[in-house]
Amino acid sequence: MQFKAVVHIMPRPEILDPQGKATLNGLKNLGFQNVESVRVGRRVELAIEADSKEEAEAKVQEASRKLLANSVTEVFRFEVLS
Amino acid sequence: MKFGVITFPGSNCDQDLLYCIRENLGMEAVSLWHKDTDLQGCDFIFLPGGFSYGDYLRSGAIARFSPIMNEVVRHAERGGYVMGICNGFQILTEAGLLPGALIRNVSTRFMCTNVHIIPQTQSTRLTANLESRAYKVPIAHAEGNFYCAQDDLKALNDNEQIIFRYCDENGNITPESNPNGSLENIAGVTNKNKNVFGMMPHPERAADNLLGNLDGKFILENLLA
Repeated sequence: MQFKAVVHIMPRPEILDPQGKATLNGLKNLGFQNVESVRVGRRVELAIEADSKEEAEAKVQEASRKLLANSVTEVFRFEVLS
Repeated sequence: MKFGVITFPGSNCDQDLLYCIRENLGMEAVSLWHKDTDLQGCDFIFLPGGFSYGDYLRSGAIARFSPIMNEVVRHAERGGYVMGICNGFQILTEAGLLPGALIRNVSTRFMCTNVHIIPQTQSTRLTANLESRAYKVPIAHAEGNFYCAQDDLKALNDNEQIIFRYCDENGNITPESNPNGSLENIAGVTNKNKNVFGMMPHPERAADNLLGNLDGKFILENLLA
């Protein structure tokens, strides 16, 4: 079966996110004075072949840990949709 | 000592390094291709600067899976010397051969400028004979902001694994002399066994008389001692 997975990767909360900070400044310059913080992450979509949803989840977990996210600086979560 | 310089797709300092090793240090150097599975008997492996695989996903993240990296990891585990400069440093952290990670500069800008760095330990081959002074070396990066968890930072300090910190021209380690927001002004680190080195500044770009600055050569020639 083919499953669709969506992985959300974000900079760790304790890390200053320069992209988010620059984007926040841009928003403020545009007049969005009420925006208090911006953090920029990454969304990765995978189509994955597996026998079960559990197997697909295990594969996505491994792929995220080994490549898609760097655990030193990032955290990830994911959803597998059938 | 025989040197090898790996070329990944997108490397752009590989020829500079080969020139530097051959012409400025007077040593034998061979070019290695990222798809090679043989280090050609090299004693010292360099990972050069550049934008391997277009910096896709994260700088260095894809290059660490190049076939030659299996050999580089084995070489390092046997105690062989490996050094990554700029993008090479990023690849070595992604490969787990060096601690920490390099994230976006605090300024969010690509920084191409001369900086000063000061050696922090005499416990490594690269830094053992360096003077305790500011060395002027160029940087050229957008992701050179060294980060690691607090426990790892303590271990780096305790084990004398920090090889260079950014400083001003008088050797003072100040917030103003930190070009990218690196933790504790860290510009370069080594592993626990002190046979793998990584630094963001480019010593190979300051190693030729014609360029008017030999501080990079003074650093690299320690490898020949």
